[in-house]
Amino acid sequence: MSSLAHKRKRSRYTLAQNAQLALQIIILIAAVVFALFPIIWVASAALNPAQSMVTQSIIPPLPEVRVVYAKEPGTLLQIAAPNGTRVERSAELVLLVEVDGKEKELRAIKNGYVENIRISVGESYVEGDALYDISSSYFINFDTLLNTPRKPFLRWMVNSCVIASISAVVIVLVTAFSAYSFSRFRFYGRRSLLVLILLVQVFPNLLALVAIYLMLQQIGNHIPFLGLNTAGGLMLVYIGGGMGINIWLMKGFFDSVPRDIDESALVDGASHWQVYWHLIFPLVRPVLVVVGILSFVGTYNEFVLARVMLRDKDTWTLMVGLWQYISANFAQDWGVFGAGAIIGALPSLAIYLMLQDQIVGGLTQGAVKG
Amino acid sequence: MNRQAASDNQTRRNRGGSDVLRLFITYLALALVDAFALYLIYVFAADGVIELAVAVGVVTIGVNIINLRQGLYALRWIAPALSLMVLMVVYPIVYTVYVSFTNFGDGNLLTKQQVIRILSQETYLPEGGKVYAWAIYANAAGDYALWLTDRNADDRYYFATLGGFEAVESVAAGADLPAEYRGYQLLGRREALQAAREAEELGFGTADQPIGIAGRREAGEFAQRLVYQPETDAILDMETGSLYRAVYDYGRDETSGEPYQTGQFVNDQGDTLRTGFRAGIGTQNFSSFIDNDEIRGPLIRIFLWTIGFSLASVFTTFALGLFFALIMQNQRIPLRKVFRTLLIIPWAIPGLISVAVWRGMLNENLGVVSNIIRAFGLEPPPFFIDPGWAKLGILLVNLWLGYPYFMLVCSGALAAIPSDMYEAAEVDGAGWWRKFRDLTLPLLLVAVGPLLIASFTFNFNNFTIIEAYDEGGPPMKEAGNLPAGHTDILISYAFRLAFGSGRGSDFGLASAITIVIFAMVACVTLLQYRLTKGWEETSENV
Repeated sequence: MSSLAHKRKRSRYTLAQNAQLALQIIILIAAVVFALFPIIWVASAALNPAQSMVTQSIIPPLPEVRVVYAKEPGTLLQIAAPNGTRVERSAELVLLVEVDGKEKELRAIKNGYVENIRISVGESYVEGDALYDISSSYFINFDTLLNTPRKPFLRWMVNSCVIASISAVVIVLVTAFSAYSFSRFRFYGRRSLLVLILLVQVFPNLLALVAIYLMLQQIGNHIPFLGLNTAGGLMLVYIGGGMGINIWLMKGFFDSVPRDIDESALVDGASHWQVYWHLIFPLVRPVLVVVGILSFVGTYNEFVLARVMLRDKDTWTLMVGLWQYISANFAQDWGVFGAGAIIGALPSLAIYLMLQDQIVGGLTQGAVKG
Repeated sequence: MNRQAASDNQTRRNRGGSDVLRLFITYLALALVDAFALYLIYVFAADGVIELAVAVGVVTIGVNIINLRQGLYALRWIAPALSLMVLMVVYPIVYTVYVSFTNFGDGNLLTKQQVIRILSQETYLPEGGKVYAWAIYANAAGDYALWLTDRNADDRYYFATLGGFEAVESVAAGADLPAEYRGYQLLGRREALQAAREAEELGFGTADQPIGIAGRREAGEFAQRLVYQPETDAILDMETGSLYRAVYDYGRDETSGEPYQTGQFVNDQGDTLRTGFRAGIGTQNFSSFIDNDEIRGPLIRIFLWTIGFSLASVFTTFALGLFFALIMQNQRIPLRKVFRTLLIIPWAIPGLISVAVWRGMLNENLGVVSNIIRAFGLEPPPFFIDPGWAKLGILLVNLWLGYPYFMLVCSGALAAIPSDMYEAAEVDGAGWWRKFRDLTLPLLLVAVGPLLIASFTFNFNNFTIIEAYDEGGPPMKEAGNLPAGHTDILISYAFRLAFGSGRGSDFGLASAITIVIFAMVACVTLLQYRLTKGWEETSENV
């Protein structure tokens, strides 16, 4: 019965409409390819054990476990894997060979990448002996990423998360107070102050860097944890810079809460603090969470200020650290960068995909309401 | 006694009710804040950073007024945010405005006082000044003294302490140095090295017989070479006698047309001392936009590209986003939610990572896009070498980054358009194009218009994409020594002027450009504000 009705309903569509639908689906599929192509590429690079950004296929070929055989002394030792194949995290590859009846270690491979090795005359071994197993895996880039002490990726990630979380919480708490005041009180200069905040906010603080830098340097002389090269100092910059736009955004939300609620409470003798804390705050809490998360993502993704303010590797944030993998003109390492990019993008990606509706709602509402 | 009184006070207030308690807490908190602020003001002023001390002072006074005057109750809620903004946003802006009227930059990094202090450390050996070989002694108190040997006078010995100078009579000329002399011990070789480093800074001898260490072997009657004379505002070189006047002037030489060197000590021959100082140069940074050929040409092109880039970015991202949103309106499309989620992924990835990935993909030799193009037998375009292709590449990347936002926004706005309007239009026999042009677009623009302007201002200052794509490259040849690139927008150009690697910093010029950017963006923002009728909305509420 229902399937009959379904059929009849379906037959209502004309051929032209069906053709249009087909075309639309094709366009959407093409759009998805456009959208996902870079992501597939970076995932492929991350899985590629070869140290190169050339990927012939989406799933890169994995070097098999190979055995290196010795040939005659003085010749180039042929290693049966392409040059540049990553074999081990940054440790050296050690070959064991017998020289004059004694075992000898040959350290000839740099940074865990395979290169051809020349064996000196006089070093003898039995032809056909297995010298070393080269093994590799798809996760060798992740392994390198997480286990290179000179580039403490996990440390950077923790730094980023700590800085972004604290900044986001402080921004939300401080701006929520201001938004309550702008939304609920009527005072002299209120409108001018709002416009002033809006205008001051559009100043590209990227370019006030000289002043900010000198200021943090000076502050750091007396309050070390807020100085240059510290998470505290960077948070101070982020929090200060996050005030204006969020005051406006929050004011929009506070305005959407009907004033009758708090006016009746005020008439009953409640203080403003009680109204704010017990009435308004619970109502806007979901919005505050969204604003906080947006601040978190914005701070987490910020790069330029962090790069200028943080000089020690240990204090770097994720973005500053990741950039190092590809910024140097030689020594670009797309495989490790790809692995880092995937891990680094996960928090932001998860947040956006989970909260897409709220975020769009918040953005349009905040923006349209001014 | 005092503590007793205070605690009595407190208990009385507690009994007095919560209002009094709150007042007490407020005052206590305020007192703590003030104490901390006073400490900061004191140390900043002591360090000579007056401007920061003033900023902290202004904030502190503001916070106190707001919290002590009952009429300003509403502002108490805003005070924390305002304090943070004044310190971290307004103060840097004011500072930037100040810098834009100075020559602050490499070669002129220090204030005049600092430069004078550094220059005054230079010494010279006046005519007739004696040179000695020296050895270092120290007494129990840690004071140093020098044992001096006059090589030109049969190795006669002298002994110079801090504030004393005497010819040594008790030790014969040419004899071994005594291990101890007048309570001072001769230092061993290792100690002497360390001591010499400290003693180099000291002046030994009397006012008539000043002795300073000049090198590893030489000490002598060295005198300060460069002496600042406040009455003429000039530095006198005691060795050559030439007078270096402090030059603050700006402008150009009448005859040669060369710009004056500002913030330098210059003598009559036009020579300058090695360190310049920070000086106000009026509007020279701004007028150099027009006067200076190396600045003007590139700046105009960068400005045009900034506008073009912003407009093109807004237009392309909006058009593609709207296009996808229109398609997604069709309810019959299977898995709509999945499509939507997949399509907004570019938006959810940190911009820096995305641009970096695209940079890798577009790489001419190894990038995957180039490889694909090559697979079709075509020559891959030079995305990083040719200015035109580089700009195209940036727009492509920005399109990828930006369309999901407008797709989401347009989807929302389209859903808000009542369907009966379309039905009415269909009754009137309107085709899809007429419906789109006369109905959808106007209604959409009302809702999305402010966001388009916001997107324009965002892209106007979209530093990340320019920097991550190719750091503004390829370089502009006309710019000479200045670090301008063909894909630079104003903000990235200013950033490079200020923090450019290797080519020296010109904070003054960078700040001047910043002010111009600020002025333009502020105007656009005000326009947006008016368009969104925010003005009317807030006016209503007042």
